[in-house]
Amino acid sequence: MNEAWTVMEVCGGQTQAILRWGLDQLLPDGMELVHGPGCPVCVTPAACIDQALQLALQEPVILCSYGDMLRVPGSPRPQGCGDLLQARAGGGDVRLITSPWQALELARQQPERQVVLLAVGFETTAPATALVVLQACRLGVANLTLLQAHVRVVPAMEAVLAAAGNRVQGFLAAGHVAAVMGSAELEQLVRRWRIPVVISGFEPQELLAALELCQQLLSAGTPRLINAYGRVVRPAGNGEAQVLMRRVFAPADGPWRGLGAIRSGVLRLRPAYRHLDAVGRFGLGDSGNGEAQTGSGAPDPGPPCHAAAVLQGRCRPSDCPSFGSACTPQNPLGAPMVSSEGACAAYYRYRR
Amino acid sequence: MSRVLLGHGGGGSLMQELIAGEFAALYSDRALLADDAARLELPQGPLAFSSDGYVVQPLEFAGGDIGRLAVVGTANDLAMVGARPLHLSVSLILEEGLPLALLRRLVASMAAAARQCGLTIVTGDTKVVERGKADGVFITTSGIGVCQSPGAIGPAAMAPGDQLLLSGDLGRHGLAILAARHGLELDPPVATDCAPLWPQVEALLQAGITLHALRDLTRGGLGSALLELAAVSGCDLWLDEQALSLAPGVESCCRLLGLDPLHLANEGRFVLALPADQAVAAAAILAPGGGRWIGEVRAGTGAAVQVRLRTCLGSQRLLAPFSGELLPRIC
Repeated sequence: MNEAWTVMEVCGGQTQAILRWGLDQLLPDGMELVHGPGCPVCVTPAACIDQALQLALQEPVILCSYGDMLRVPGSPRPQGCGDLLQARAGGGDVRLITSPWQALELARQQPERQVVLLAVGFETTAPATALVVLQACRLGVANLTLLQAHVRVVPAMEAVLAAAGNRVQGFLAAGHVAAVMGSAELEQLVRRWRIPVVISGFEPQELLAALELCQQLLSAGTPRLINAYGRVVRPAGNGEAQVLMRRVFAPADGPWRGLGAIRSGVLRLRPAYRHLDAVGRFGLGDSGNGEAQTGSGAPDPGPPCHAAAVLQGRCRPSDCPSFGSACTPQNPLGAPMVSSEGACAAYYRYRR
Repeated sequence: MSRVLLGHGGGGSLMQELIAGEFAALYSDRALLADDAARLELPQGPLAFSSDGYVVQPLEFAGGDIGRLAVVGTANDLAMVGARPLHLSVSLILEEGLPLALLRRLVASMAAAARQCGLTIVTGDTKVVERGKADGVFITTSGIGVCQSPGAIGPAAMAPGDQLLLSGDLGRHGLAILAARHGLELDPPVATDCAPLWPQVEALLQAGITLHALRDLTRGGLGSALLELAAVSGCDLWLDEQALSLAPGVESCCRLLGLDPLHLANEGRFVLALPADQAVAAAAILAPGGGRWIGEVRAGTGAAVQVRLRTCLGSQRLLAPFSGELLPRIC
């Protein structure tokens, strides 16, 4: 094979599986994989983490979030609470949850406390958050609020393609997001950008099969969408989940850590549910565009960080001069090193 | 770092840093601190001594409880230096308000575990602290045993060419605790693997097997034990991932939650390094408990020692480092 193709897997779970199974060692010559921005923990704005840290240390607050959010550092600061695990050690009431329902339950059990759910994730987790919002309203639970940073995947794929210096010629799309959203958004992306997209699962053999399909589409010059995760993804997606999400959230322009503002890239609570927004309830000020960027282009004197280029597939984590030295999972400089699903963290785990 | 984090007790790199940075320099013998138990060369013969604190929540979980863990865990630490466990002290810190029925269950469980381990509980202490000052029950056990191995067992004896054996499947204790703690309803349920290790170690010693290194896989799992062995021996370790066995439910649950089964805790498993010509005989002794060959020791090649895995696809990867805190991922 003489053609050289660059394909991006979008989802952090896929990046993790590719490195975990060493799939990139098995690719034919000329096929290059670059890793996308699909790690919701990584792309949660530092300002949002800062707000969570601030709330976690307030007396009546119980701050609930998912496991890997607890070790994501906020904005760089000279000393003090860098992540929620440290906030917990410093006296904050931080609870690890595995379902947003646990936050609702906690709020009902402890009406004298203020329960804040730090809710992040793509279209995979947003419907569950929406359901909790609706249930909280139905039950009149007054002491539950959301600090939320739900984001949308397809607008980020568009941002990658639109960025100067883009090298991505084909996508492996995130299977779980497609299971919720169906194929319509991806069909539009294919038409608009004339780029092949293959919806892929997460098992090693599924990823390899999806890569082969993508290579065939590239070689034939026939950009189209293929669903290679048919055992899970239906063309219409999960209608009920979409209805829930649309009822509670509306797409908006907003920041992704490491990538900056993305058009239609985030979900915001609709006005009817704004009273559940922790930012308003606790007078935190808008996290909106005030993202304190860690590394990635900010003209600071510290060690360099190529997070933005990594998230856009323009460079490999190991190409960054700070990788594994100034930047490690314990002391991350940029977004993709902060979560176990980030591309830099995956390289650090399996390729140091 | 200005405060102690939960991760500092998790058996990973954070704990190693804490011990190396804060404790080791102030204690008497650095060499003795490095192993699961100390081998004391007394005039009457070598004696093993070990101590361990137990703070697990919940106090009772699938297949075990904190009492059983406190007895079996310290007995296993003694077995890891080739010692037959003999006597144990039990120190209890109880929280005011603890139901007496629960305490009775835990004590009965400790007595049963002691019988199973062939040791006796000979001394102890009981303190009660105010409600909120402890989490139900904390238990500290210290144990002594008589060393039955001809010489000290320690990773310094490991050499390129040595083979690595693992005594059973991985991850059941860690997952059982995680499930109980976070209310995960696993189907099929996963129970702890908590079990005495001395019978297997004794069988190996009686067969004349030379043990270059022994480690029980507690906090931090097989992964942390191997990283430690590699660091102390200065050798690279190569594992065949296909040789690692996981109980039904453990593998699928790890994939779902984004956990690495190599870093899940175990309470009834150990890894050993031994000369290649004895590997077949040793594997046969361990086979009834699910033990098998998993990899080999090679000369270190890079600037830092490595633990590498060969995947079932023929590719390779490094063993992921482990800080000490197991956190289920979001999606």
